[in-house]
Amino acid sequence: MNSWKKKLGKSLSDNKVVILFAILCILAIAVADKPLTFVAGELFTRIGRNSFIVLALIIPVLAGLGLNFGITIGAMAAQIAIFCVVYWGFTGIGGFLLALLIATPLAALFGMLIGIVFNKMKGAEMIGGMVLGYFADGLYQVLFLFIIGGVIPVNNPELIIAGGVGVKNTIDLKDNLKYALDNISLLTMVEIAFYAVVAVMVLSLLIRLITKKQVNWKKSLGVLGGALIAYALTFIPFIEAFLNQNGILLLSAVELAVAGTVLYQLGRIVWMKFIKKSEKFNWKRSVAAIIAAGILYALTFIPAIEEVLLYVTLPAMTYLCIIGLCIFNSVLMKTRLGQNMRTVGQNRTVANSAGINVNRTRIIAMVLSTVLASWGQLISLQNLGTFSTYGAHSQVGQFAIAALLVGGASVQKATNKQAIVGVILFHTLFIIAPQAGQALFSSAMLGEYFRVFVAYGVIAVSLAMHAWKTIAKPKLQVAGKSPAPGEAAKAMEE
Amino acid sequence: METQYVLKMDNISKEYFGNRVLKDVSLAVKPGEIHALMGENGAGKSTLMNILFGMPVIHSTGGFEGTVEIGGQPAAIRAPHEAIEYGIGMVHQEFMLIPGFTITENIKIGREISRPNLASRIFGKQMETLDSEAMAKDARKALDTVGLGVSEEEYIRGMPVGYMQFVEIAREIDKTGIKLLVFDEPTAVLTETEAENLLQTMKKIAESGIAIIFITHRLDEVMAVADSVTILRDGEFVAHKEIADTSVTDIAELMIGRKVEKLVDAAEEDSRSIDENDIAVKIRDFCVAMPGEMVKGVDLDIRKGEIFGIGGLAGQGKIGIPNGIMGIYESSGTVEVFGKKLNLNNLGEALRNGIASVSEDRRGVGLLLDESIEENIVFSAIQIKKQFLKFGMMDTKKIRAHANEMIKLLDIRCTGPRQHAGDLSGGNQQKVCLARALTMDPDVLIVSEPTRGIDIGAKKLVLEYLAKINREMGKTIIVVSSELVELRSVCDRIAIISDGKLASIMNPDAPDAEFGLAMSGSKVEGGN
Repeated sequence: MNSWKKKLGKSLSDNKVVILFAILCILAIAVADKPLTFVAGELFTRIGRNSFIVLALIIPVLAGLGLNFGITIGAMAAQIAIFCVVYWGFTGIGGFLLALLIATPLAALFGMLIGIVFNKMKGAEMIGGMVLGYFADGLYQVLFLFIIGGVIPVNNPELIIAGGVGVKNTIDLKDNLKYALDNISLLTMVEIAFYAVVAVMVLSLLIRLITKKQVNWKKSLGVLGGALIAYALTFIPFIEAFLNQNGILLLSAVELAVAGTVLYQLGRIVWMKFIKKSEKFNWKRSVAAIIAAGILYALTFIPAIEEVLLYVTLPAMTYLCIIGLCIFNSVLMKTRLGQNMRTVGQNRTVANSAGINVNRTRIIAMVLSTVLASWGQLISLQNLGTFSTYGAHSQVGQFAIAALLVGGASVQKATNKQAIVGVILFHTLFIIAPQAGQALFSSAMLGEYFRVFVAYGVIAVSLAMHAWKTIAKPKLQVAGKSPAPGEAAKAMEE
Repeated sequence: METQYVLKMDNISKEYFGNRVLKDVSLAVKPGEIHALMGENGAGKSTLMNILFGMPVIHSTGGFEGTVEIGGQPAAIRAPHEAIEYGIGMVHQEFMLIPGFTITENIKIGREISRPNLASRIFGKQMETLDSEAMAKDARKALDTVGLGVSEEEYIRGMPVGYMQFVEIAREIDKTGIKLLVFDEPTAVLTETEAENLLQTMKKIAESGIAIIFITHRLDEVMAVADSVTILRDGEFVAHKEIADTSVTDIAELMIGRKVEKLVDAAEEDSRSIDENDIAVKIRDFCVAMPGEMVKGVDLDIRKGEIFGIGGLAGQGKIGIPNGIMGIYESSGTVEVFGKKLNLNNLGEALRNGIASVSEDRRGVGLLLDESIEENIVFSAIQIKKQFLKFGMMDTKKIRAHANEMIKLLDIRCTGPRQHAGDLSGGNQQKVCLARALTMDPDVLIVSEPTRGIDIGAKKLVLEYLAKINREMGKTIIVVSSELVELRSVCDRIAIISDGKLASIMNPDAPDAEFGLAMSGSKVEGGN
């Protein structure tokens, strides 16, 4: 009984930031008196727009680089790429992919440079990243205000300031890149996935044949056959019609998720319990997950919720990208590189003495994060549909970091779940705060002030709490000495 | 046939910036033996081990002289990972473990087992998936070898210190081809039973054919497990002995043994009268939470007018005592100054009650390096005693006069009272610290590490001034120092602190062996 209470207390105090913001959101929604469909619609748009860039912050946190304010620079790489694509006149998904192709090497280069600078200022990465962001902003402005149109002749009245040099304040993406990613239908994705699986299988078989490794023909053919069956299914008219929409209804998404969870957990139970007969397998958890999925499904029949679910349409591809990044983050941590990153993040001295190249690992983390941030900015801009040339990147870092922190992450620890929860809470507050301000004080500006205050306040409080935790006082009469965290790392740098 | 050695280091010499720290030291370790390496702080043990591991600190300062042979073959180790390839492992004194990782992850750090996957075929070995099952299996095996019964999935955070030590050892054992393990003061942080277990484990490891170099200060442990011992002193090789042919007193004497020079002239009349019952500072059950220098319950009586020495090895807690009294680190217990109880944990309380101190960290805490000598001298007096002030402003004239007086009194070599303290030599900086302490006009003066970082000539001067202050001004002085020689040259009585507790109080002319035993934490039988 007592331990149960203790556990609850601990989980409450561990999640106090999340709980505080959840309460704030609920209160604000209650006060604002806006229909739930409006809030949900806005929210899911914003989740699609911003989650990717928030998830890009996780790798550097785990690698001990703290909250990466340098993602602003990744966003700039994306914007340069978008400018090129718009100027050359590419549109649609082709244009989007080209932007991706241009942004990736640029962001990788920038990430490497940031990483090199960060290696020279270990322990001060956050402030360093912020200042680097401002520095890069200056170069960015020189590029867009002076070099483009001034040094490089650009003749396009749509993009260049009339009668002068430099790029216009806003670039309209409506006719070229808007919804380039969002509007890809599920059908296209299944087709792409099919071709991708086939290509990967063939490639992997070729590699194995060339390097003369044993080939598991049975398994390879099985996978190919499975892919072929899945592809064939899409020719059934009913399925084809469902897949061939621009987005996916939230209701359908929930139903798919519920079905997926139930099937996955059932499969797990059967596999672990009856086929592998694993002792450690916790089947109670799987059963609980199935029951939770069932309850979720039951909830969709409540009229108020059903209304919302029927109202919101999700951009399928964008959400898949976000899920993909979540999976990438967690799979990466299970590789040798990911383990090295975690080691470096926890203690550089230990990592060094274990033969891990600390500086290189940190640079790789920065490159990954910057590239992912540039992709995130691309996703965000194609959804927005307009692009403010000089302002689109300016607050990317702060807002993404605030969102991550609201989700309960800290300077040293961040998970996918925290990122997603953070995006939901932070953006709910963002949507609803001006309305709440309007309703309470009949001034939307007050709510506006409040949300800006929240964004920076969260960052400041979280950093202060981090510092406060690290400088814990030594306790009296402890038998053994425990070196303070960071002490060993400091010694190494000297 | 000649004995086969797993490690043979011959005629090793090392200089740091012209300062010879190792002179012709030799070390030979046989397979499967436990070889103790002993010596005081600064005897050269860590330098020798740094050479063995090819630490960058050695090679960035011009390398070393002499030869290293491993398994009969000459070896040139230029980086720590090369040492690992030669089969040499180290169990660190400060744990190289990551609290947020499981035991398995810690054991396999940097040597994870992984399987190839699609990504790794394209991007290389770095992207291989970790094989956690195989890693857990290896970890279990290593843990069983050292006899640690906890689950390999447990996290290091929250584990008892003793367990961590065993995890460290398990990690070294898990490395393939390990031939030689270095234990750097492994028992320093352990409880008695944990230490006992560790020694048993060491024996077990040695029986499996792995040689062990055992660095420690604890003589009784050496006697209990070691097969042979090499003793260093002041960077020089003193002796190599088989444990069977030697005794505790022998080793203790060899460790300390050097001539003690009485700095204070014996001819000078000692006109002091020290009354055994006139106690200046009475310390009872004193504990201080200074990281790395924990004090765990010390009782001391310091008589009025004497020079009282506090000695002991680094990390044993002697430095914690002055820091606790001055309120710099959290402390408990009671401290009475001439019968008045100090309100501990209150910064400035000791200063207000007539105790002044000269910090062991001269350049960090002791001096304002960018300020002038005169400001350094009067700083504490202005802050605590509100002296040298005129209408709340600094009284420059008075300060100048006082500084000049002090410069003359302590013979501070400088261009004048306006010179920056940071420009002075170590010895003169120390004198400025002393001048500041004296300006407080204290009844009790605590001086920590008075000669640290000072050249030999200046050392003698500083000690002479201490004696002079004691004799002529009648101040009670407490000297805390790692250098036994200097304590023995000026002090009336010397307390040795070992493991945060008082080992014994001795006369400066007590035999070397007794000091050696007290510092090594061995019980002194009989005593005097």
